[in-house]
Parts: sequence; C-alpha cells; structure tokens
Amino acid sequence: MIEFFTEPWTHVFMQRAFLVVLMSGIVCGVIGTHVALRGMAFIGDAVAHSVFPGIAIAFVLKTSLVLGGIVAGLITALSVAVFSQNRRLKEDTVIGVFFAAAFGLGIVVMSTAPGYGGSLESFLFGSVLGIGNADVVTVAIAGAVLLLITGALHKEFVTVGLDRETARSVGLPIFWLDLAMYAMVTVSIVISIQAVGNILVLALLITPAACARLLTDRIGVMMLIAPVIGAFSGLTGLYLSYAFNLAAGGLIVLTATAVFIACWVFAPRHGLLSRRTSRATAVVSANP
Amino acid sequence: MTVLTVTGVSVELGGREVLNDVSLTISAREHVGLIGPNGAGKTTLLRSLLGLLPITAGSITIDGRTPHEARGSIGYVPQRHEFVWDYPVQVRTAVMTGRTHRIGWLRRPGQVDKDAVQEALERVDLTDLATRPIGELSGGQRQRVLVARALALKPSLLLLDEPFTGLDVPTQEILTRLFKDLTAEDTAILMTTHDLPAAADTCHRLCLLNGTVVADGSPEELRDPAIWLRAFGVARSEQLLHSLGVTR
Repeated sequence: MIEFFTEPWTHVFMQRAFLVVLMSGIVCGVIGTHVALRGMAFIGDAVAHSVFPGIAIAFVLKTSLVLGGIVAGLITALSVAVFSQNRRLKEDTVIGVFFAAAFGLGIVVMSTAPGYGGSLESFLFGSVLGIGNADVVTVAIAGAVLLLITGALHKEFVTVGLDRETARSVGLPIFWLDLAMYAMVTVSIVISIQAVGNILVLALLITPAACARLLTDRIGVMMLIAPVIGAFSGLTGLYLSYAFNLAAGGLIVLTATAVFIACWVFAPRHGLLSRRTSRATAVVSANP
Repeated sequence: MTVLTVTGVSVELGGREVLNDVSLTISAREHVGLIGPNGAGKTTLLRSLLGLLPITAGSITIDGRTPHEARGSIGYVPQRHEFVWDYPVQVRTAVMTGRTHRIGWLRRPGQVDKDAVQEALERVDLTDLATRPIGELSGGQRQRVLVARALALKPSLLLLDEPFTGLDVPTQEILTRLFKDLTAEDTAILMTTHDLPAAADTCHRLCLLNGTVVADGSPEELRDPAIWLRAFGVARSEQLLHSLGVTR
C-alpha cells in the first residue's frame, strides 16, 4: 500500500511531473479565484486558445514555448482591450473573433512543421510526463512571480472587483489593472498547458475556485482553499494516471470535477455552519 | 466657505448634449438636493464632478482644485446596483476599499486607515455587522455600507446618487440624521433623489435640473408651481405638486 504512494517518486520524469502539476495547481487556484469572481471564465478560455499560435511559432522556430505562448496571449489580450473600445461591439463578441482567429493561425503555423500531429496532440491534451528540467525551473520562477504580484496588488484587485466606477473615481488605473490581470491569467495558463493541455487548462483555473467559493465567504480563505484543491486534483490525477496508465490531463480535470460535485452537494451544510461561526464571532467581537 | 463651484458646464454623451450651461455652488455645511426627471442629467453631473466624464464647456472646482486633482478626496455613494454584492468580503473589508488609493501601492492599511474605517462603521451604525459577509445584508444595510465606504475618506464633499431609493423608514431616518451631523461638521452634501417630500424635508437647498438648472433655492423659495412644472416638463400634474406640498 505504501509502495503505491512512494513508487512513482522513484522515477525522475514523475518527480518533474509532480512538481509542475503541484505548482500549476497552486498558481491557477490563486489566479482562478479572481477569474471566477469577476466572471472572466470566457476570457480565460479565449486566452487559453490564443496562446496557441505563439506556441506553434516557437515550436517551428525551436525557441521557448512558454515565452512564445506568453507573447501571443498578451497580444490577444491587448487586441481585445483595444477593439472593445468600440461601443457597438460587446467585449465577449470581440473575444469570440480574436480567439478563433488566433487558434486558426496556430493550426496553419503548426501544419508547416513536419510531423506536427504528435506535437499538436501533446499541446492540446498535455504531456506532463515529457517535461524537462528547464520547464520545471521556468514554471517555478513564473509561478513565484505571479503569486508575488497577486499579493502585492490584492487590495487594488478587490477594490476594482467590487465596484469599477467608484474605483475609477478615486483614481485607480482601471485599464492597467485589467491588463495586469489578463497578463497574469495568460502566464498561469501557459505554465499549466504542459500539465493538462490547452483544452483542459480552463478547468484548472475555474473549477478549484468554484469549489472554494462554495465553501467560504472570504476571498482570502478562497485563495487558500482553491490552490489546495488544485494541487490535490493535480497530484491525485497524476497518481491515477500512473497506476492505471490513463491520460493524466483528463484525470486531473475529472478529479477536480469530482471535488466540485462533492462541494456542490455538501457545501450548503458547510456554508450554513461557516455562517453560524462567523455570526458567533461577530457577537463575540462586539461584546468582548 | 465654498466647497464646490460649477460654472457654465456642458457635457456631451455620444454626441448629444446632456448638460447645457449648468452653474451651481455648494458651501460647507450645506445639503443640496439635485432633483429632476429621468434623463435630466443628474447622474451625468455627479460623474462629471468625479472627473469620470469630460466637460465640453465651463469649469468645475472642488476645494479650489479640478475634479481630476480632487480625486480621492470626494466621497461618492453610487446606486446600490453598481456594487457586486456577492463578492466574498466582509463589511469591514468593503468599507476599507474606499481607502485603497489613499493607502497607496504595495502598502497595507495602517492604524490611521483602521481608525477611519471604524469611525465610518460607527457613524452608520454597522459595528455589530463588521464581520458579516456583504452578500447577507439587507437593502438598508447595503446602503449604509456604501455610505461608510465614502465616509472612510473623511471627504469635504459627499456625492450621493439616489441614497433613499427603496429604503425602509428606519434606515431613511438613520441616514437623514447622519447627513445632518455631517453638514454640522462642515461637510458639503449633494444628492440626487426622486423622493421629493424627503428632499424638501432634509435639504437646505433644492436644485431643479433638466438639462440645465431650472431653479435653485430653499424649499420655501420654490413654492411656485410653475417652476416645478417647467423642471419636470409637464403641463399640469396635481399629483406631483401635491406630493411636493406646493398645492393643497
């Protein structure tokens, strides 16, 4: 039984996979909290697709896939921000135009590379067991930077999330904060693509945050619970993948979904309990 | 002491002139009600004062500064639906967000900020609910959170957009008393409202707006029915005049 848990760790490729999945789960859980609270799920999906041409071009030019993805994601995010200034078009319409265009470009670029079918599949569905040492380092650095920025701008993001107009009226630079948020979503998606693939990365961003929202009414607590669920889903999915020789990316997402359904079913009780607790605390702090 | 001076201000929205040659001054200790029909430009005027909309003519000064320079020292209470009430934060945190820009980048709230928030909560009588998630509040409690958030800045000018709409009588009384206290302490208040009797009751001055200022004076000075009929663009409305106490 113990061997079941320790045996995978003896392989170097599994150690790398564990590290990347763990870090992706944590980073996506924290950033995903903002994505879920601001109703940015569609933007997340769009960014996930739009990093594709960058990764394809980097693949053809044999440079860093992570860097290529980040550049392409940021260009798309900027295009959406600029083109949605035209009030005739709603933001999600503009997003719909650009992410499909970006994905189309990616497929065309990818088709110029010989033997692209295999790379395409690993990009779409993840290739967590084929991760190199350099990738682990890149993910670790990018993830640490993202967590630092999220912490540093926390009160600004909360202020804008609560009430954009009033935040603007006191002088907060809404446009730049939005852009920073898009950039952070882009980077967390790019570093997680190797773990679960392009199509499933949205689940790593949204599902743990959705679980956490069902369990708490405090954003700070959400930002602790969501990464725990993300990391747990990642590691569980990876174990199951190793044990039963099934696709890792799919199992990671299915584990997260199982946690979500469990939260959805059992959260009302937890929600009620946590509300009682906070009310009791309110009474105690009011009458010390 | 004059806190707000608006001189000949015009504002266009989407090519249409919404405000034309609006002039208005408000002094410290004054509570002014901004009254007018839907589409009269009440919210547009508030947004211009906050520096959120560019003006095409005229000038605005707040404590001797432009709206852009005065940012962060004006208390703004938007309509309740402008706020994301299902966001997972507690009352105290929501009130603290009023001070986010003043606290500054990369800094945490200090003792000054905590004291300002505590005082704002006490003024709106919300200290007992300070740790309650904002999603669990009633309409009246929500309005008090928005007022507390504005007061956390200790503003010399307080702008309120329809603060009384949809509130029960006890909450209206709490807010009315609070506004009286604030003006007694040198704050200038400008609020838009549809509740004309309440405005006539609580405001020192009423400003009737319909694209431009139609009338401006104390409730007693605005007893002439013709002024109200012009402001609201109706030929004759006994009901309106009756509700204002202009006719009996």
